[in-house]
Amino acid sequence: MLLIEPSAVIARGLESVFAGQGEFEVCGILSDLSHSSEARIRNMAPDVMIVDPVVFDYSTRAAAKSYLSELSSAMTVGLRTTLLDDGSFKQYDEVIGLYEEPAAIVRKLRGAVESRQDAPRSEGEELSSREKEILVCVAKGMLNKEIADAYNISIYTVITHRKNITRKTGIKTVAGLTVYALLNNLIDINSFE
Amino acid sequence: MTKKDNTIFSAGMKLADMLDINPGLLSLLLRVGISFGFGDETVEEVCLRSGLNVNTFLLICNVYTFDGYRPGAALMHKAEPGDIVKYLHKSHDYYLHMADESLLTALEKAVEPCDEKRKWMIRKFFKDYREELAKHFEYEEKVVFPYVESVLGHKASPDYNILQYEENHSNVEEKLSDLKSIVMKYLPRECSDHDIFQVLFMIYALEDDLRKHTFIEDDILVPIVNRLEENEKE
Repeated sequence: MLLIEPSAVIARGLESVFAGQGEFEVCGILSDLSHSSEARIRNMAPDVMIVDPVVFDYSTRAAAKSYLSELSSAMTVGLRTTLLDDGSFKQYDEVIGLYEEPAAIVRKLRGAVESRQDAPRSEGEELSSREKEILVCVAKGMLNKEIADAYNISIYTVITHRKNITRKTGIKTVAGLTVYALLNNLIDINSFE
Repeated sequence: MTKKDNTIFSAGMKLADMLDINPGLLSLLLRVGISFGFGDETVEEVCLRSGLNVNTFLLICNVYTFDGYRPGAALMHKAEPGDIVKYLHKSHDYYLHMADESLLTALEKAVEPCDEKRKWMIRKFFKDYREELAKHFEYEEKVVFPYVESVLGHKASPDYNILQYEENHSNVEEKLSDLKSIVMKYLPRECSDHDIFQVLFMIYALEDDLRKHTFIEDDILVPIVNRLEENEKE
């Protein structure tokens, strides 16, 4: 996690709050967005950036998110330290405030990270060869347990593969996956007629 | 009317103007029993002549037109549950006979260049989807609607309660969404773009209609009937 906060007192305070809670670790603190700071953000590649919008001046504040997303694909969290209008905070994935309980802050961050992981990724993705094998089994009507046994993997791994197959193809039902497998020549219709 | 019911639609406006605002309402007319040739009659006049509660009609039109619309208590109170059931019932006919028939015809045309085994597979998928849809409607036709009629006639069986009617459209929705992905992304390149477009257009329209239909069942009919049940007990 990267903190972008001009006040050293607040930054150190947050850092110790997160250290106390575990789960999230602060990997760097920046007090401004100078050129050297930009370079550090690129190098650090944080998972989450906690940003106090006062580091932006009035004219760039509204476009903060697009500016940050050019530097890093990290999730952005707005930190409310002063009375800024709500509009400045709308663009962030989550907003935390100075007076919130540490546990509540961690909960919010966790929720935001999870919902981000669930969101469909933008890059086009081919099925991996293992996923194709699993898909064929699903199309043939095998149960998760049977697939796990056949490949000597855990049932949870099978479920993860199935989730990824659905995410990549956009197809949820077994019947739909069977059609997909056939259209892509992964199975032969004679195998289950 | 509460503020949220205060949409641009009103009983006093011309039906023709309303349809001009949202042509998507055209397919509703068939289902609530309004015939064309209504001239310059207002919504209220047409409803009166067609034996339809005008508040029910406005409520359904609002759901079909404004995303995220939720009727206020006052309009819910004025709506006629019998008319809502009539709409739901006619919608079932509409989905199973008109919408699905045209979708199947368009789908057949789109997959025409595919080899026989692929055609067979896609047909089978569509058939499964349709059976699922029919099965789902059958429960409503045989259990839920007669029950609502009995509540309206003050002859409700104490063994059933409208809240037991837990909706589960998810299978139907998933299958339709899968069909959309398959047609959009995975049909062989030989298939005609024009034919694929036609199919997708129909699926999107059907999906949207089914969503509105579900909303009217779960968030309008169920609470109204539940209120009647409560009144009956008192």
